Amino acid sequence: MMLSIKDLAVGFRTRRGEVQAVRGISLELAKGETLGIVGESGSGKSVTSFALMRILDAGGSITAGEVTYSGIDLRRASERDMRTIRGREISMIFQNPRAALNPIRKVGHQIEDVLRQHARATRGDAREKAIQALRDVRINDPEARYHAYPFELSGGMCQRIVIALALACDPRLLIADEPTTGLDITTQKAVMDLSQELIRERGMASILITHDLGLAAQYCDRLAVMKDGEIVETGPAEAVFANPQHTYTCRLVEATPRPDASVRSLLPADRRPPELEYTPSDQPLLEVRDLRKTFAGKAGPVRAVKGISFTVNQGQSVGLVGESGCGKSTTSSMLVRLLDPTEGQILYQGNDLAQIPAEQFGKHPLRGDIQLVFQDATDSLNPRHNAGDCIAEPLRRLAGLRGKALRARVEELAELTGLPANLLSRFPHQLSGGQKARVGIARAIALDPKFLILDEPTAALDVSIQAVILNLLADLRARLGMSYLFVSHDLNVVRLLCDEVIVMQDGEIVEAGPAAQVMTAPAHPYTRALLSAAPRPPERVLETEPLAEVQSAL
Amino acid sequence: MTTATPTSVSTQGGLWAHLVYVLRDNPVTLLSFGLFAFFVGSALFGPYLVPYDPLTTNAAQALQPPSFSHWFGTDNLGRDVFSRVIVATRLDLSISIAAVALSFVIGSVLGAIAGYWGGWLDAVLNRVFDTIMAFPLFVLAMGIVAALGNTIENIVYATAIINIPFYARLVRAEVNIRRESGFALAARLSGNSHWRVLAFHIFPNALPPMMVQVSLNLGWAILNAAGLSFIGLGVRPPEPEWGIMVAQGADFVVSGHWWVALFPGLWLMLAVFTFNLMGDGLRDIVDPRRRT
Repeated sequence: MMLSIKDLAVGFRTRRGEVQAVRGISLELAKGETLGIVGESGSGKSVTSFALMRILDAGGSITAGEVTYSGIDLRRASERDMRTIRGREISMIFQNPRAALNPIRKVGHQIEDVLRQHARATRGDAREKAIQALRDVRINDPEARYHAYPFELSGGMCQRIVIALALACDPRLLIADEPTTGLDITTQKAVMDLSQELIRERGMASILITHDLGLAAQYCDRLAVMKDGEIVETGPAEAVFANPQHTYTCRLVEATPRPDASVRSLLPADRRPPELEYTPSDQPLLEVRDLRKTFAGKAGPVRAVKGISFTVNQGQSVGLVGESGCGKSTTSSMLVRLLDPTEGQILYQGNDLAQIPAEQFGKHPLRGDIQLVFQDATDSLNPRHNAGDCIAEPLRRLAGLRGKALRARVEELAELTGLPANLLSRFPHQLSGGQKARVGIARAIALDPKFLILDEPTAALDVSIQAVILNLLADLRARLGMSYLFVSHDLNVVRLLCDEVIVMQDGEIVEAGPAAQVMTAPAHPYTRALLSAAPRPPERVLETEPLAEVQSAL
Repeated sequence: MTTATPTSVSTQGGLWAHLVYVLRDNPVTLLSFGLFAFFVGSALFGPYLVPYDPLTTNAAQALQPPSFSHWFGTDNLGRDVFSRVIVATRLDLSISIAAVALSFVIGSVLGAIAGYWGGWLDAVLNRVFDTIMAFPLFVLAMGIVAALGNTIENIVYATAIINIPFYARLVRAEVNIRRESGFALAARLSGNSHWRVLAFHIFPNALPPMMVQVSLNLGWAILNAAGLSFIGLGVRPPEPEWGIMVAQGADFVVSGHWWVALFPGLWLMLAVFTFNLMGDGLRDIVDPRRRT
């Protein structure tokens, strides 16, 4: 065995005493093998990798167990030996490639630094070797990119540089900690394919740490599923995915959006209430006509949205899909009237809202009709207001509710969104991600909006929480008859809620149509690229699956 | 992860409990708040409690060393140094608190406007602040007092003016990073005007770092006022004030009468020390994230 971890336990000293982040896990990794460690936030998966690299934060320490790498005891190795091991024997790729690169040094020099640190290059040949390293990660024109600064490169490009850095000294084990989180789906595929290819080529072993079970199943030989600092299940990737043994693994597998799932089937089998009746009408609620937005950029005007037109009917859900920079966020800002369009019409029940400046829309009677659920619930809640105040804000300002009526309405909204009433007095930092998402949704629906824009409402959530929130949104739609514009980069998630899908690329709509049609028979090459880039986990055969399908069909 | 219970304490009417928690959590904060209470007590009640009139001279008792009847000794005119040091607290504290309050308010308004709207207003304000900061601040304060007239109010204005840029820049940065944040946009979607978003949603989030600045500034302001009176500006003798007392006492240090300068200097140092230590405690009190 190349790496063996035995009963590893990691603790952190905090103000409330010692917290056990990892509680006695055992893992083995053979030469040339790819192991996936899968778990949700707080499961201890990253801490495990930090522990074996001995780069734990202050206050964290290995409290028990053994970590052996090729006969070296990593727990007892001196800091000096560890410095040699890091980068040369074991190297790591971190989640945010921009944060992992030094922003004020040319990327070529950063690669040279690593090479010379480990005596893999001399002053004379460092430059040549650095360029070769860039070439190895398939960077076009490596001689020119050698002189680039990280801010001049795209996210995917930066991650390639980070991979080049990690592989520069030919390590024998690569640990990738959420290497593609935050990258676009097509970039994710490119980065994952590249790193897999390089790992195979060099006969390295690797550990992929991710929250995405589908991604891990596609790229790993073996999976270890972690929950609350413990490994609940290990096994070959296909077996874990197709036939999960532990209930937690089952829940994770079910909660992972996939082409054949319905929104209810994401929930655990024993917690699936019947789906609510929901019928979109043919009456148009919102019509967008030739909407354009041009920003004044330093290098000439930037055309973010280049004339798009679409219609959202009453009670209908429309998905707006595209990768970062396609103009979908600009579009949603314009529709929610936080941003003035350069040209075009936004017809809401026949009134052209584009005529009303965004500055004045705050006092407009239609303000309550069009609301937004923000992408990052943490960022969208004022840290100084408690949950109840956050929900009450639109009611106070726009509906003029005060005192008892206000409290009653806030409690009603909390119940509607499944937020326990005793959490209303808590501040955002005292709430979990899912609870914050509920507060954000409760605030958005406080004024009974008819048109709700959902800006990647689940992007920052764990899959099991995502499943619950998506179901909540489906129920709310059926109960309150709202129309949704679901903005997302993930077609598999959009498909769960939407009747129609619009695909945007470079500020233009490249494809639009019924969700099923776009998903199964995409017409535009970009849509096909998006669909094929989604992680394709092995097919799973579960006896509960057909049953769920029947249920949703009824 | 497993802590589900202990959060409910901090909710309704929990400010007092939170205060107690902050004080208990950090002994340095407790010490600084204790000292602060002592100074405030001296300022409020000092003049009624001191054993001697701080202005009455008594040539027979001139330059007596510290003794049981004169704890801090007497100065060259036979005035009781202890009484003078305690009575001076009110003047020194009022000058610094008034100056800091003034610069806090003006700096916050200007900084918040610059940070939220940006553009030419931001550019102009920033250059003005740069200009103020380009002067040696003490010399600038001297100039202002000399130009406006040698009164206590002008000491307050001068101290306020030299401190405004610190607040304005801090608020500007704090507002600027939150201008496009989700909660500011959400507040606008809830029907708030730009002014309300700025005043009720964004600005309160800048308070924790501001509190650190306030307490540091209180210390500087005291030093500044004392420094100005040391060189003969602002407060005039025989009014008891720490800066003047140090200045007058300095003449007698060489002749061995150390107590005349030492005790007012010590009080000055203690006051500055107190305000510097209070910063973190004040921040913890206004920051809801500490209430866990």
